[in-house]
Amino acid sequence: MEKNRDHYYHAQDLKKFTHIGEFGKELADKFFDYYGAVFAEGALTAREKSLIALAVAHTVQCPYCIDAYATDATERGCSEKQLMEAVHVAAAIRSGSSLVHSVQMMNKVKEISM
Amino acid sequence: MTTHSLRFRHSPLASSAHQLELLHNEAALPSFRDTLAKAGLSPLKSGPVEIFQMNIGKMCNQTCGHCHVDAGPDRKEIMTRATMRQCLDALAKLDVKTVDITGGAPEMNPDFRWLIEAISAMEKHVIVRCNLTIIVANKKFNDLPEFYRRHKVEVISSLPFYSADRTDRQRGQGVFADSITALRMLNEAGYGREKSGLILNLVYNPAGAFLPADQAQLENDFRSELKKNFAVEFNKLLCITNMPISRYLEYLIRSGNYERYMERLISAFNPAAALNVMCRNTLSVGWDGHLYDCDFNQMLDIRISGAPDHICQLEPEVLPARDIRVDQHCYGCTAGRGSSCAGSIT
Repeated sequence: MEKNRDHYYHAQDLKKFTHIGEFGKELADKFFDYYGAVFAEGALTAREKSLIALAVAHTVQCPYCIDAYATDATERGCSEKQLMEAVHVAAAIRSGSSLVHSVQMMNKVKEISM
Repeated sequence: MTTHSLRFRHSPLASSAHQLELLHNEAALPSFRDTLAKAGLSPLKSGPVEIFQMNIGKMCNQTCGHCHVDAGPDRKEIMTRATMRQCLDALAKLDVKTVDITGGAPEMNPDFRWLIEAISAMEKHVIVRCNLTIIVANKKFNDLPEFYRRHKVEVISSLPFYSADRTDRQRGQGVFADSITALRMLNEAGYGREKSGLILNLVYNPAGAFLPADQAQLENDFRSELKKNFAVEFNKLLCITNMPISRYLEYLIRSGNYERYMERLISAFNPAAALNVMCRNTLSVGWDGHLYDCDFNQMLDIRISGAPDHICQLEPEVLPARDIRVDQHCYGCTAGRGSSCAGSIT
């Protein structure tokens, strides 16, 4: 066990992701099989999936996932512009989801107003 | 982007011994020899020489941040005509079809055109690794596309990306714009045009500490972006991994990416790529006539073993089946889809 772990997040922990099997191999194996299958070339290309993963990583605000998919998408030939556009998609959905609820707010205000 | 060579700046990394020491110091990283042995591929043996690669000098009009040659305007080491003659004598004895001319900017060698004409007369396929900007660097180079066309030279040119920002970060301010101008001049001469028979291949190498993308997919991106935005055409895109040596090694260390990059290369070791590495069918000649298994070994001063190591003593019969000299930098050629001067190898 490493000492001086005074932060919750450590960049070095990303490469230990596969170690999660140490406390539960069967489910970890199932997860990694599933994970591998999800990101394989399919109806969507591996590059498209990488950009989706990057956008979702920003939505769930996972620093490990951002590290992994910023690298992965770049290695798959995506430009800086494409990476940023993917993050804006995530940001637009997040802000849109707040704003669309304002309809509920407006409905309520109208309901209680003369 | 650096402005001068490591040599000019008196950087310790200008010494190949220092580079090798650094590459060996990372005790946690497995040795390439052990990794090859585990894959049942050690010692790596050469086959017949198919590609005769001549590095005719370190002089260059650019000082790219990733250059494995440490080339630049301040480097004066270039191949003499006497050494070129020794190469031509060797070529007459070797059964090679392809001669690959590289540098620096090989066109800056005053005997460059003489050499191309001589090789061309031997009916060998000639490749020139042209950095593009040399074509527009000076009036005297403006006719290079025509010169290449006349001798049916295959032109291979670096263009790290289809956008200016990423290209200029690696190769210098304004390089992308000049490269596009030069590509249009090559296109006008017929290069990269369908059915012209004049081959113009581009090289992508990552502008940073990451591995290259899938070659076929990236070739499609380059083709559509360059056509749409600049009306530029080319034949193939070759993806080449950056080797952790020379100025790229300096970049890796300076940016704090060295350890992570080496781990990335090692974790991506691919035995199928190791089987097809270019050193198995290449003979690399340095500006001073010394012989190497590849251009990267050349820059680390790792000469061939098991055969005389200077072009003037070439013994064609002992070249095949020699042990290839490998070291930690070789992880660069065996990672992922593999890498060679002709792009991905798997």
